[in-house]
Amino acid sequence: MKLTFSRSVIAGSAFFAALVFAGDQTDDYLTTLTELGYPAPADNQLVHIPPTLKDLEQSSMHPELKRVIRRGHDLFTDTQQLRGENVFNNMNCSSCHLGDGRMPFSAPVWPAAVTLPNYRGKNDHVNSLEERIAGCFTYSMNGKPPDYGSDNMLALAAYHHWLARGVTMYPEQPIYGRGFPAPERPEEVSYQRGEQLYKEKCAICHGDNGEGLRIRDTTVFPAPWGNNSYNWGAGMVRVSSAAGFVKNNMPLGQPLSLTDQEAWDVAHFMNSQERPQDPRYTGDVAETLEKYGPTFHKHSLYGQKRESDGKVLGDHSNTGNKDFLKPDTVRPRTFE
Amino acid sequence: MLTVKHLPTTILALSTLTLPGWLQAATEGDASRGAEAAAVCTSCHQADGSGKHNEQGESWPQLAGLDAGYLAKQLRDYQSGRRQNATMKPFANMLSDQQIVDVAQFYSKMAPRPGQGGESASTEVLQRGRILAQRGDWSAYIVSCQSCHGPDNQGVGTVFPGIAGQHAGYIVAQLEAWQAGERTNDPQDLMGTIARRMNDDDIRAVAAWLANQPPAAELEEIQP
Repeated sequence: MKLTFSRSVIAGSAFFAALVFAGDQTDDYLTTLTELGYPAPADNQLVHIPPTLKDLEQSSMHPELKRVIRRGHDLFTDTQQLRGENVFNNMNCSSCHLGDGRMPFSAPVWPAAVTLPNYRGKNDHVNSLEERIAGCFTYSMNGKPPDYGSDNMLALAAYHHWLARGVTMYPEQPIYGRGFPAPERPEEVSYQRGEQLYKEKCAICHGDNGEGLRIRDTTVFPAPWGNNSYNWGAGMVRVSSAAGFVKNNMPLGQPLSLTDQEAWDVAHFMNSQERPQDPRYTGDVAETLEKYGPTFHKHSLYGQKRESDGKVLGDHSNTGNKDFLKPDTVRPRTFE
Repeated sequence: MLTVKHLPTTILALSTLTLPGWLQAATEGDASRGAEAAAVCTSCHQADGSGKHNEQGESWPQLAGLDAGYLAKQLRDYQSGRRQNATMKPFANMLSDQQIVDVAQFYSKMAPRPGQGGESASTEVLQRGRILAQRGDWSAYIVSCQSCHGPDNQGVGTVFPGIAGQHAGYIVAQLEAWQAGERTNDPQDLMGTIARRMNDDDIRAVAAWLANQPPAAELEEIQP
């Protein structure tokens, strides 16, 4: 069955620009997504399914630009090639941004290219696309970003821009499938139920101890906690973000198969485990929590006593596999 | 110092070390014993474990180089009926628990041969197969093979078998069996979920492409 809403979306609105390149392909995605149980786009939403690498080959852009975009895609899907230089855990960009960063409900990355520069509460200043990407390296990859303006940073930025092809800059409409939309928070969440569910549904790939799995220096299954996972400053430590990721994307290939309660329980369990220190650590977990609680850690379990054993989470100076705490890109801007 | 608290575990540990082979649980296979028990397997799976792609009729999978734990589980599943196959069932039923792990060990140690059945596929078909194997087709929510079957689709541990270098006819038959609900012994329906989203062209393309890929030459240790 072909759905008709995306056609009508094309008809009378500013979405035309975003859809003009995709057409039937967008229909295919939306049909698939809604059949899997994802919501259909609302009338006022911006719907964009990014172009693929095949579309890139067929485009008339300069061959050198294509080469750089392909380089960006390669870095995005095999970020481990920067291991020890920029990446100090087992993550690839595509570990969290599924489908090469193209999938709705899996934090598709193209919105960053059309909504930045913008103000971010997390660091309380206006961020560029490069600074946003740097944030992922700092926190989610527990690393040190490629230099601003470097070949690798430019290639990653070019890949983001390519994925946003045809979308209006600074769109006014809300974006369909942006981020990891969190399911409704249940009345209570349970560490024990989360632990049980993790064993039943997640451990087969991610390991009994959250270690994930690597073969021949290639990450097959990323580590959901521990030294090879995202650090305490990563967006994924927010339980709502993790619940949104899990609900919409896990187990791989079976999105929306867990109940809202299950997604929250397992996210709570996963984010109640230890991981490398928040790069913004002041040397004291309580002080760090006080400083970054209002803008960030109010959604995480950082600095709180773990439900199962009373251990204070994040109360350590372990930086994981890197020998520094904070890359120097983490700094305020004042524009003065 | 031995305390009462530690004594029972110590005794248990010592006794395990000194148990005669026949008393130990059938968890460790012996490849040379497996070679004898595998005599009945060779008419289909061949003396070198390479199996055979049959254009007409049932293809026999290559077993050489597959993970021992995976092979043993399949044999147990044939015995219990969790995996159904009329050809395999009588042969699996002949094996004792010990013979299962021995045979599995035997085949896991053999060097795999090139896969068959992808030789005449067109460039276009192989290109489609490569994309499915390496990147998937997210417009149909088909995740890539390698996201579970690992780098170069050469397998990940006991759960996700190597599929590179497997015969195209066997891969097609298995994906179709999952679609039809005739194969259900994968954990958490992980393969079934994806197989049911594939169309006939997808299945043939990915099978041809995988058959043309090199199987794992030597399975390296899984890193933590």
